[in-house]
Amino acid sequence: MTDTPLTASKPPRFRFDRHASTILLLAAIAIYIVLVVALGQTRFLTLDNLVAILGRSITLGITAIGQTFAILVASIDLSVASVISAAAVVTSVVMNGEPSMMLPAILAVLSLGAVVGLINGLVITKLEVNPLIATLGMSLIIQGVLSYYYNNFAGAVPAEFQVFAYGSVGIVPYSLIFMFALAGLAWFVLRFTRFGSDIYSVGGNQDAARLAGIKTARVVIGAHVICSLCAAIAGIYLASRLRSGAPWIGAEGVYDLESIAVVVIGGTVLAGGRGGIWGTMAGVIIFSLIDSIFNVAGVDAFVKQVLRGIIIIAAVAFYAARSQRPVA
Amino acid sequence: MKKTLLAVAILGMLTGSAFAQAPNFDDPAEFAKQREQLTATFNGPADQPYLQYAGDAMVDTTEFKKEGPWTVCFSNAGVNNPWRVVGYTNMTEEVKLHPEIGTFTHVDAEGSDDKQIADIDDLLAGGNCDALIVSPNSTAALTPAVEKACAAGLPVIVFDRGVTTDCPVTFVHPVGGYGFGIQAADHIIANVPAGGNVLMLRILPGVDVLETRASGARNMFAEAGLTVLGEEFTDGDNAKTKSIVEDYLQRGTIDAVWMDAGATAVAAVEAFEDQGVDIPVVTGEDQQDYLQKWRDLGFKGIAPTYPSYQWRTAVIAAVNTLKGEQVPGPEWVLPQPAITQDVLDQYINEKMPPLHYAMCGCEDMETYPEAWGGTK
Amino acid sequence: MTEQTAARPEVSRRRLPGVNPVYVLVVALLLAIFIMNPAFGEPTGYMNFLKRVAALAILSGGALYVIVSGGFDLSVGSTMTLTLTVIGSSMLASNDPNSTYWIIPLMLGIGLVVGLINGLVVSYLKVPSLIATLGMMITLNGVAFMWSGGAPRGYLPDTFRFFGRFNISDVPLIGILPVAVICLVVFGTILWWGMHRTNYGRMLHAIGDNPQAARLAGVPVQRVRISAFVVSALTAVLAGVILGGRGGVSVDIGSGYELQAITAAVIGGAQLLGGRGSVPATIAGALALEAIFTLLNLIGLAQPVRLVVQGLILIGAVALATYQRKRAGR
Repeated sequence: MTDTPLTASKPPRFRFDRHASTILLLAAIAIYIVLVVALGQTRFLTLDNLVAILGRSITLGITAIGQTFAILVASIDLSVASVISAAAVVTSVVMNGEPSMMLPAILAVLSLGAVVGLINGLVITKLEVNPLIATLGMSLIIQGVLSYYYNNFAGAVPAEFQVFAYGSVGIVPYSLIFMFALAGLAWFVLRFTRFGSDIYSVGGNQDAARLAGIKTARVVIGAHVICSLCAAIAGIYLASRLRSGAPWIGAEGVYDLESIAVVVIGGTVLAGGRGGIWGTMAGVIIFSLIDSIFNVAGVDAFVKQVLRGIIIIAAVAFYAARSQRPVA
Repeated sequence: MKKTLLAVAILGMLTGSAFAQAPNFDDPAEFAKQREQLTATFNGPADQPYLQYAGDAMVDTTEFKKEGPWTVCFSNAGVNNPWRVVGYTNMTEEVKLHPEIGTFTHVDAEGSDDKQIADIDDLLAGGNCDALIVSPNSTAALTPAVEKACAAGLPVIVFDRGVTTDCPVTFVHPVGGYGFGIQAADHIIANVPAGGNVLMLRILPGVDVLETRASGARNMFAEAGLTVLGEEFTDGDNAKTKSIVEDYLQRGTIDAVWMDAGATAVAAVEAFEDQGVDIPVVTGEDQQDYLQKWRDLGFKGIAPTYPSYQWRTAVIAAVNTLKGEQVPGPEWVLPQPAITQDVLDQYINEKMPPLHYAMCGCEDMETYPEAWGGTK
Repeated sequence: MTEQTAARPEVSRRRLPGVNPVYVLVVALLLAIFIMNPAFGEPTGYMNFLKRVAALAILSGGALYVIVSGGFDLSVGSTMTLTLTVIGSSMLASNDPNSTYWIIPLMLGIGLVVGLINGLVVSYLKVPSLIATLGMMITLNGVAFMWSGGAPRGYLPDTFRFFGRFNISDVPLIGILPVAVICLVVFGTILWWGMHRTNYGRMLHAIGDNPQAARLAGVPVQRVRISAFVVSALTAVLAGVILGGRGGVSVDIGSGYELQAITAAVIGGAQLLGGRGSVPATIAGALALEAIFTLLNLIGLAQPVRLVVQGLILIGAVALATYQRKRAGR
């Protein structure tokens, strides 16, 4: 189920960095199977469990799809965690248990996401503020405004809305289908639209793209709007999953740094211009597998952290070590 | 810049004006109930507080009776602070006392609701659990996951923070946050004349058990005619705590410092010490560094507790459930004593690490003190 | 010879902007604090303030080395946690005051290793520093907790806490002189000298400005870059000693400091991704950051407002610097 999309994005020429994420994913799966068999815990090899693993990281997955756009265009977004918190709180406060408010709430949150992305993009392109600082500042501002008004779980989503997180077709949750559909849409945009190819051009070399007549500022702003929109959607999902939103849930899940980590593990280059959505999805699944492997093996939480840190470095080194370009 | 400001203003209006919020941490009925429970007599053996319980309500568990060895699963919110470290040690040591527990599966959510829900899913999908113990990261968010576990037919034991469903067998917890706030505030009111200045230092906003501690105390100070200089959040950071106290000291006198948790109490005391000012009433918690500082400097301290022995009780509740024995429920309320000057010395143990919480109910275990990081 | 060629543009560049706005900002903020709270003008007032800011100032000065070389170091906070909670307090569980004298060198040794690994991973495995040091941050936090079991095992003896806590009293003119302030002056001077008065500092600027050109000019790019990470990790240990001395033992001391250090450097006018930055201005940036918090505290603004102000200042400082650079025609 996960391999097919990966092959779909394979370019005509054989390139190592495109395959690296597949190799990493296969390695993670192999380690998981070996471990489960070695520990005699074959009950973890059921379909139920596969779905549980894939469903572990929906929030992270949706956020990472957006982050991929930001990183592809040679930018970065540290404000996603705050946007997730804000989106979740607004969702649950606007809905406040009323099924009739579901649509207004979603529209409000999406416009919130679009506005944040727009401001991020404008500050980065027009004021020429380094994206790291611009989005970090944005993150502080959103967090401040949010915690000025709310200091706990606020509002509630109606039972009808919890279907988004808890409903399923057979054993496959809607949210899982939604995440892959969103990834498919993102893949389509990146591969088949003008905007998609502009993103790669601008990320690869902004000056060259500008000379080629691409309105680079618009592309960067567009990427940031998509990134913040995805974070907002992730917040909506989280509100549905947690039944409510609180101002700390984004920061608590470390979605900012984790989304960046899975994007680069998936082979998208931090310098921009190379990579893609299916690599990111592979990165997300690798993270879920790691979590599950650790749970199966009963790894202590602190050891888990050590291994996770090493895996991030090792996975990125796996791609980057052969690169001839200097890195910062 | 202007655009940013404008947008922030819009964002502020969008989130602020349209919707009101009302998380209720000021519940007079609950306050009165906890005040009563603080001094109530508890059932059960007096020398084993982790077995004691308030009230007579019991839950029948014959439906969960099962032959051992069992697999007991534990979904933990995290071991991200020293209190939880002590508690988790209590728990693992308690597990060792029960040979019927064949496997004890521990999954750690590292402080994330999202992760903990996924963890419980994992356990239900492939954990082969006979019983599930949950220490929820937050109350409302974990409720659906706990309901799902109940629906799967598992006996569920919840402790520390609760959930908003009564499907678990029992919810193990000490008296509660109001009680903690009451004990500290009573001590301050008794030792500071009316009109005195109280500085309230808090860890962070929004945590239920901490909010209730503060709201209880705040009301009591107002009633007693004490002035609250301010409520400041320290993020549990010693250096920041010191800075805050220093700044307040530069502007006037402080007659008492009320703390919603003990982690930074020593830093607050040191701020007075370093300025060469007499140390006023400073409340804390039962961790060793505070108790020892209190004894060494001889100020008027008190250590309300949020006893970590509840981690033992959760295991005991799970074991009794699987044996089909009666369990106090639907809430198992444990005693919540405060350490006062009179009993201070019996809780001090210099061989324990600085952030060991003395009210662990663990001294009677064979592996004490080594398993808790202490030396004999 | 070659190194001088690489460094020449740097020299002319530093003359252009005139007075760095951060100094104006610091003076204005300190004046505002003084007006609101005259006790700040007393030695205990401003010395306490300097004592408080010492750890962050030293840390930022070290972090600047990495920033000027064109990278980021997100692992400084966790380096502080690891060396303090684990080495500083856990291995000192015996509470032997004399052990301070070998514990601090040991901590510096560990800092050296951490910095070396960061540098090697970035230089030879070509992992972007943001990711390399993020991974290092996660790993070190895990190691710290694994080793200590989640909570510190012992106290920090007074000999250790001397650097962050002790005040020398009865000093003429100023009354009290905290040891932390002496540390700030000493290490600040060393960092300033290294960055602005040595060939090494010029090479650092050169590789941050244009690594290709620097390489062609004969700068040992890899070695200089690795050394920047080492400097950063070592200052993290020093800052940790001061912070631990000030606050005492705790679980996650130093967390969050990585972003504060970068913020201080940025407020001081350092350019992310390299090539520009000044140690005194960075230290002034740290002072400004702390002064903002103190001021907001005095005004009695709630925590959330402080976050918003911090965010606005961060974006504003960088936007202003870019604007100035553009106007100066570069």
